[in-house]
Amino acid sequence: MSATVSIPTILRTHTGGEKQVKAEGSTLQEVISDLDANHPGIKDRLVTDGALHRFVNVYVNDEDVRFAGGLDAQVPDNGTVTILPAVAGGR
Amino acid sequence: MLVIRRDLVEELVAHARRDHPREACGQLLGPEESDRPERYVPMTNADDADARGSDYRFDSREQFAVYKEATQRDEETVVVFHSHTRVPRRPLTDTGLPEAYPSVKDIEFMGLQPGVHFAIVAITGPDSPYDLRSFLLDDAGEVVEDEVQVVENYMFSHTGAGDVPDRS
Repeated sequence: MSATVSIPTILRTHTGGEKQVKAEGSTLQEVISDLDANHPGIKDRLVTDGALHRFVNVYVNDEDVRFAGGLDAQVPDNGTVTILPAVAGGR
Repeated sequence: MLVIRRDLVEELVAHARRDHPREACGQLLGPEESDRPERYVPMTNADDADARGSDYRFDSREQFAVYKEATQRDEETVVVFHSHTRVPRRPLTDTGLPEAYPSVKDIEFMGLQPGVHFAIVAITGPDSPYDLRSFLLDDAGEVVEDEVQVVENYMFSHTGAGDVPDRS
C-alpha cells in the first residue's frame, strides 16, 4: 500500500528538498510513521500528543482528514496525502 | 519588499471593507518562485472562536481546492492577506487606525510559510481610511517589515528605484 505525499515548503528540509515522496501504509498514522522512518523528524512536525498538530492541514485524496477520522483515516493504495500549512491569525 | 499592483491592493481593501467588522482573509497567487502576486483569491473566514470576528482562519477544504487549482497552473501563494478591524484589545495608532502589525497568533502561523508575504489592511469601518503593511519572518523567526511598493503594472518594477536615473 503506497501513497504519494505532497510536502509543504516548511517541511522540505526533512525530505532533501523533495516536493513529493512515497510512503507506505493503509492509515494516515502508518503513512506518517513510514514517512518518519525515511525522513526523520517529520512526524514531530505533524503530530503532537497523538493528534494532528493544529498548524497543519492534512488531506487524503481530496478530503481534510479532520472530517475523516484524523490519524485513523484510511489511505487507499495509490492514494495521495497532501500536507498544507494551516493559515490563521488574530488575537 | 512586496511589489504589488494597485488593482490588487484595491481588491484587498474592498474585501476588508465588505467583511467589516469581521476580519477578511485571502491570498494572492502568482507564478511559482516569481514573488509576483497576479490574482487575488478571497477566502472564507472559518474562524468561529470569537463572535466579534477578530480572528481569521482559512476554511481548510476551500484552501485545498485553491491549492489544487494553483498547483495545476504552476502558481503558488505569494501573499497571505487579512484585515485588522477595531477590537478593544487592539491598540490604535496615531492615525486612529487599528495597528496593522502581526499579533502573537499571527506570528505563530507566519512561521509555517517561509518566504510568503503577510499583508495586513487595517480599517475602523467600511468607509474609513486604511493602512496597508506587509511583514515577513527572517531566518531567526523575527518579524521584519516588508516595504510595500504599489505599482501600476509589473513591466518595469523589477529594475528597482535605485537602478535607473529618474527622468527629468
